[in-house]
Amino acid sequence: MEIRTSDEVRFHTASDQSLLVYFGQQITPGTHQRVRKLLGLLEREPIAGVRNLNPAYCSILVSFDALRLNHRELEQILRGYIDRLDAMQVPPGRELQIPTCYGGEFGPDLYEVSALHGMTPEQVIELHASVTYIVYFLGFVPGFAYLGELPQALATPRLDHPRRSTPPGSVGIAGNQTGVYPFATPGGWRLIGRTPIAMFRAEREAMSFLSIGDRVRFTPISAAQFAALVRG
Amino acid sequence: MSTIQVQTPGLQTTVQDLGRNGFGPAGVSPSGAADRISLRLGNRLVGNDENAAGLEMMLLGGTFAFPDGAILALTGSDFGATLDAVRLGVGTSAEVRPGQTLRLGPTSSGARCYLCVQGRIEVKPFLGSASTHILSGLGGFEGRALRKGDVLRIGSAPRPFRKRTIAPEAAEHLSPRSILRVTAGPQADWFSESSLRSFYAGTYRVGEQSNRMGLRLEGVAIAERGAGQMITEGVSLGAIQVPAGGSPIILFVEQQTTGGYPKIANVIAADMHRVGQLRPRDEIRFEEVTFDTARTLLLEQEKLLASGELILE
Repeated sequence: MEIRTSDEVRFHTASDQSLLVYFGQQITPGTHQRVRKLLGLLEREPIAGVRNLNPAYCSILVSFDALRLNHRELEQILRGYIDRLDAMQVPPGRELQIPTCYGGEFGPDLYEVSALHGMTPEQVIELHASVTYIVYFLGFVPGFAYLGELPQALATPRLDHPRRSTPPGSVGIAGNQTGVYPFATPGGWRLIGRTPIAMFRAEREAMSFLSIGDRVRFTPISAAQFAALVRG
Repeated sequence: MSTIQVQTPGLQTTVQDLGRNGFGPAGVSPSGAADRISLRLGNRLVGNDENAAGLEMMLLGGTFAFPDGAILALTGSDFGATLDAVRLGVGTSAEVRPGQTLRLGPTSSGARCYLCVQGRIEVKPFLGSASTHILSGLGGFEGRALRKGDVLRIGSAPRPFRKRTIAPEAAEHLSPRSILRVTAGPQADWFSESSLRSFYAGTYRVGEQSNRMGLRLEGVAIAERGAGQMITEGVSLGAIQVPAGGSPIILFVEQQTTGGYPKIANVIAADMHRVGQLRPRDEIRFEEVTFDTARTLLLEQEKLLASGELILE
């Protein structure tokens, strides 16, 4: 069941207890701002009966208690929120560094990635660490940040056979995205390095190291520096 | 302080309540009981809030000693439990005397059995919930499945024992079934007519690799029409996603919160507890219903759960 509204915003049923709100179908900074604004507004002024929000590149999945709300009612309320987005400000993201030890046992796919692009491993590292990435959203597992955009020359397909387990802190690339695995999870992104930073810690005040909208750079470090940072 | 001493843990026994909502923006999925209705009923049998933390056992149960006694109930699938060698069935409350031992074995029906104790299992809440999220090692008892030698604390609940039993007719209504009802998924129109027909006509077997994150299905492979490039988006509980190989996966309670595969369908809320009772190698089929029907079924189910005739005293 698709419900069309303006040119820009589209609502689509996802399940009998959730609704997808799409801001277009392209990953752009403008779309990202709209997602952040709606998320911010929904967090500030929660809708009764809404249980959960899952922001992504150009959409938010809104899950609700189907005993209290239905899709039409929720869409009506959300339209009211969306009408207010233009007037909204979102705080600028923080600037953060992710120290990363590239290659070796920490980046088992670095050689393959460099071979795929006809580069040396050093060039891959330099390119990966050369740009500032935006945290488009957190998803998949707790604290996993979807970072973009990877320099076009580094865009790489996922592994044909995902790993059953990826060591925590692994820095991976997939398509034009990059990210850090917070936990030992299955994963199909190609691993080029590892960070000693705990991306998600339940005991920490801000559990996730990164938040939506943050601006992030990877800083190359040596294995010795990695070990020193682990020792803390 | 009363305790439960874990003598054998079973295959995968975790502390679960009804989960944690509202942390999607941090990538945290709700987790919680795989068969929510069984947990809710178990809690009502022992006089707890429906959301109180209990133990969820999978396929093979454990052995638990109660040095201080307890009031407990087992719900969900029958794991052939005995209390000091006396058979204890599911769906009824029982009083355990100090020093007695509860033994559970392999399932004789569905995948999960719940053990609820009066006063609840006490663990430090994570984001407001006692639920274990195994993959990330968060919540529950030390973020993991129970091990031999673990000691769980039971909250205090100084109420006298009352024998309560789930009405058999109600249990019948809520029991497992091999046809799961679904609504169309957000990318249903990415699949060809013939793919959709195969999906709804086909029988799928639950794969061995299934867990609380998702159930992998084996059966007719589904080809996608390739209508476009999928951009990663939020995925709902019960979403049936179809990866490139064409073998569908039902996203379950410990699901990833976002995903990049098209979703052909979504299990309705009223049937989610049944997914929690599916075992590897079980065969299932899918039946499409409208969103209105899904809502009516959920309302009817909640009406049954709220009715005074559900629990016999």
